[in-house]
Amino acid sequence: MKPAPFAYLRPSILEEALAALAGTQGAKVLAGGQSLVPLLSMRLAAPSMLVDINALPDLDHVTSDDDGVRVGALARHADVLASSGAAAAQPLLAMALSHVAHPTIRNRGTTVGSVVHADAAAEMPMVLRLLEGSVDVASVRGRRTVPAAELFAGPLETTLAHDEIAVEAFFPALGPGAGVAFQEIARRHGDYALVGAAAHVETDGDAVTRARVGYVSASDVPVVVDVTDAVTDPAGDPAAAALAELEPAGDIHASAAYRAHLVTVLTPRVLADATDHARRRAGERSSA
Amino acid sequence: MTSPAPEELHDVRLRVNGSVHEVRVPARRLLSDALRHDCGLTGTHVGCEHGVCGACTILVDGRPVRSCLMLAVSAVDAEITTVEGLTEPDGSLSPVQQAFSDCHGLQCGFCTPGFLTTITAGLRENPDPSEDEAREMIAGNLCRCTGYQNIVRSVLRAAEIGAEGPASRSTDVDGGGEDR
Repeated sequence: MKPAPFAYLRPSILEEALAALAGTQGAKVLAGGQSLVPLLSMRLAAPSMLVDINALPDLDHVTSDDDGVRVGALARHADVLASSGAAAAQPLLAMALSHVAHPTIRNRGTTVGSVVHADAAAEMPMVLRLLEGSVDVASVRGRRTVPAAELFAGPLETTLAHDEIAVEAFFPALGPGAGVAFQEIARRHGDYALVGAAAHVETDGDAVTRARVGYVSASDVPVVVDVTDAVTDPAGDPAAAALAELEPAGDIHASAAYRAHLVTVLTPRVLADATDHARRRAGERSSA
Repeated sequence: MTSPAPEELHDVRLRVNGSVHEVRVPARRLLSDALRHDCGLTGTHVGCEHGVCGACTILVDGRPVRSCLMLAVSAVDAEITTVEGLTEPDGSLSPVQQAFSDCHGLQCGFCTPGFLTTITAGLRENPDPSEDEAREMIAGNLCRCTGYQNIVRSVLRAAEIGAEGPASRSTDVDGGGEDR
């Protein structure tokens, strides 16, 4: 067997899971396992106990309303991607989710799990940050809501305590006059992106009032850069503004210089797409 | 923890291909290993064992899932289908298996179980894929022999066989033993 031994608990109520996490040093939560199980098999992680939340009730929801999309901890990426309500309320979800690994991984992996795995090479942590969403977490001490801006502490690290379970992620709806876009460059579709970028642009008539771009694999944490000034200034350079706040690194897949180049290529593309998207939506609204 | 105490074992009821397998496994037993070693279903192949190659793909409640990325203890409530469960009730090849035979969709056969399960579920979702959609369907599975061309053809052929219905399937099959 590849993983190191661990104790295993499959509780059927949330309180039991929270008590086990609080009472066990080195316990980890298992949801989809699409990131955790490889870490176990390669022995990069050796938790003392896994608390398997797959039997917990009422956590597999994907619900959408005018405020946004609420995704339960057991909703698989495939469930979120298949939700027409989610796609209508926040189109960036489907745009980004279709790039998350392969369909087979999306059938098991959970969106909330991906968010709190906090991989800077993953799409959904960045998407949550770009959309200024939040995560609801539970522990024996009660529940709290953590805004995305306060969630990511470092590479693969969140500000959640070891005994907290992320039970739901909230992705705000796309506001009127706003548009989004997502693009990434990968060696093969389904691979980790060499660099990915998503833009969120707010418009008022023809004017852009706010423009932000989030990046995948361009720093060791999910980074979102406000490029409003560079977009509204005719002489501005949004990609240069973004690069000033990014720290692309080199590895066997791409050099740091190539990743920086991809930032300069993708930034104007996603900003243009998102601006178009915002104007199209404004046009649909005024003609409706 | 590397305590010298014997590792705790869990009694797990796995439902595989319509049969129940009662297995006693440590929590760290991967589902792929449990299927092969505890259930004796060696049709599920393990390649990379970290979710990249797709050889171990099985159907969990009808959806393709990497069995090397699931723990056997976490599969208790699932309805599992392995490559052994794809054949028709009368033992004849399923449309996807027949198509692989027709189109020479395999060479060494190591990756084949993962392709067969993935494509079986893929065609349920999209019974009439374009060539591009066929490529997308199998993009999460690696094959080192075929160069994929005949696998893409097999996907399209399987869709044809599925559309024609069971009566028109060719019968000159030599047993289709790619998993033996």
